[in-house]
Amino acid sequence: MPAEIRHPKPVPDWETRVFWEGIRRHEILLQRCADCSAVQHRPRAICATCLSSRVEIFEASGRGTVHTYTVTHQNQAPAFRGSVPYVLAYVDLEEGVRVLTNIIGCEPGEVQIGMDVVVDFEDLDEETAVPRFRRA
Amino acid sequence: MSLSGKVALAGVYEHPTRWAPDKTDWQIMAESARGALEDCGLEKGDVDGLLAAGLGMGGLGIIQLSEYLDLKPRFVDSTNIGGSSFVAHVNHAAAAIHAGLCEVALILYGSTAASSAMAIGTGGQAGREPSAAFVAPYGLTTVGGYAMAAQLHMRRYGTTSEQLARIAVQTREHASLNPAAKMRKPITIEDVLASRVISDPLHLLDCCIISDGGGALIVTSTQRARDLRKRPVRLLGCGEAVWHQETGSPDLLTIAARQSGERAFEMAGLTPREIDLAMVYDSFTITVLLTLENLGFCKPGEGGPFVEGDRLSRTGGLPLNLDGGGLSSNHPGMRGIFLVIEAVKQLRGESGPRQVADPALALVHGTGGLLTTQHSGATLVLGAD
Repeated sequence: MPAEIRHPKPVPDWETRVFWEGIRRHEILLQRCADCSAVQHRPRAICATCLSSRVEIFEASGRGTVHTYTVTHQNQAPAFRGSVPYVLAYVDLEEGVRVLTNIIGCEPGEVQIGMDVVVDFEDLDEETAVPRFRRA
Repeated sequence: MSLSGKVALAGVYEHPTRWAPDKTDWQIMAESARGALEDCGLEKGDVDGLLAAGLGMGGLGIIQLSEYLDLKPRFVDSTNIGGSSFVAHVNHAAAAIHAGLCEVALILYGSTAASSAMAIGTGGQAGREPSAAFVAPYGLTTVGGYAMAAQLHMRRYGTTSEQLARIAVQTREHASLNPAAKMRKPITIEDVLASRVISDPLHLLDCCIISDGGGALIVTSTQRARDLRKRPVRLLGCGEAVWHQETGSPDLLTIAARQSGERAFEMAGLTPREIDLAMVYDSFTITVLLTLENLGFCKPGEGGPFVEGDRLSRTGGLPLNLDGGGLSSNHPGMRGIFLVIEAVKQLRGESGPRQVADPALALVHGTGGLLTTQHSGATLVLGAD
C-alpha cells in the first residue's frame, strides 16, 4: 500500500466554516438555494446560479462515483513528496456536485472511472478532519 | 464596427535565452522590448500602451515595469489568466488601439523559472484563494489536473498513450529545426512511453519543459504598421473565455477553446478548414489534443486519430507548433507570447528551416490555468497583410 497522505490542513474562512465543522462531525454539508433550488459546492454566502442570499444547508449521503482520476507519481510539495503514488480524483456525489478528493483504501491501480465510492473521514486532530473516498 | 483587420502585429521578439541565472525577469522583459522595437523600427518613445503578466509580477507589477522601462503609458493592462495571458493581451491592446486609447502597445513577458528552480508542474496547487481549502489537502498538481482530463478522454473515446505521444514526437521534430530550442534531439513514440509516469496517464515526455525566457510584441493600427519595417500581420479575429467546473457538473472535456475559438472564427469570418498553421499551447500533449477538438479542427473524441501520421508536421495538413512548443523549445511558466511570435514569423516567412510554405492564415490558441479545475482560453486568427 502507498504511504499515508499527510494532508496540509484545510483553512476555513467565514463562508466555509460551517462546512468544515460538519466534516469534523463526519457530515458532508452541501448547499441548496431556497429560491432556485440549485445545489452547490464549495460553500458560498450566495447562490452562484441566481445570486440569492437564501442558501440552505443539507447533509449529503456521502455516496458517489469516480468521474475521473490520476495516479500521482510526482509532487514536489513537501507535504506530498513522500506520499506518492496517491490517487487524485473527481467524485460525482449523488446530489449532483463534483468534488476534488483522494481515493484511498485500495491499490492505486484498482481505481476505475465509474467506480462507486463512499466518503471516509480522516481526523487530523481534535479540530480538523478531511473527507476522502474509498470503494463502496 | 468590427475590429477585424484594423489592428496588426508590427514587431515581435523572442528572447534567445533558455537559461539565465545572471538575469532578472525585468531584464529579460526590457531586452525583449528592445528587440521588438528594433524588429519594427519604432522607438521607445512611440510606446503609449503597456501590457504584461508574469509569475513574479504582483498586483502593482505593471507600475513597477513602467518605472523600470521609464515609460508613462496611457493604457495599461496586467490581466493574468495564466499562460494564455499574452494572447488575451493582444485582444485587449487591439481593442484599446481601435478605440483610440493608445496607438502603440508593447506586450512583455520575462521569466527565470528554470534558473530559479521553480517546480511549475509538480509543485502543488494551494494558494490563498477562497477555494484553496478544498484543494490543498488532496495534492492537486498542474500536471494532475491535465492528467485527469487525459484519463477521461482515454476512457470515453479509446484514445491511446501512443496517440498522445505522437504530438510530443512531432513537436520535437520541429524543435530540431529551431536552433534556439532547448530540446532538439529527435524522440520516438517508444521514448515517450518509456519515460517515467509523472501523473498517470501522462509521462515525462508528455509534459512541457521548464526553461527561462521571455519575449515582446508590438501592436498598432494596420495603417501605421504598413509604414514600419516589417510586413504587418493583421488580427482578423479574437476571442476569450473562462471555464470552470465547480458549479454544476459540466463536461470536463469541453474547454474554454470551444467558446473563444467560436468567437475568433466568427469575427474573422473564417473556419478551421481555411487555417494554414496552428500555434496551440502545449503544456501537455493532452492540452493540444483537446484544443484541436474544441476549436473544431476535428470532432470531439476524434483527436487521437487526428494527430496520428504526419498531419501536424511542417508539410502536413495542419502544421502545428513549428518552434518546438513548450514540449521542446521553451516554457518559462506562461508561454502564450511565444505562440504569437512564431505565428507572426511564419506569416512573414521568417522561420528559416522550419518555415511552412507560403502561409496566409494562422491560428493561435492559449490555455491558462488548470484544464479540469479552472482555466482560460484566448484565440487569435492572424492573417498576412
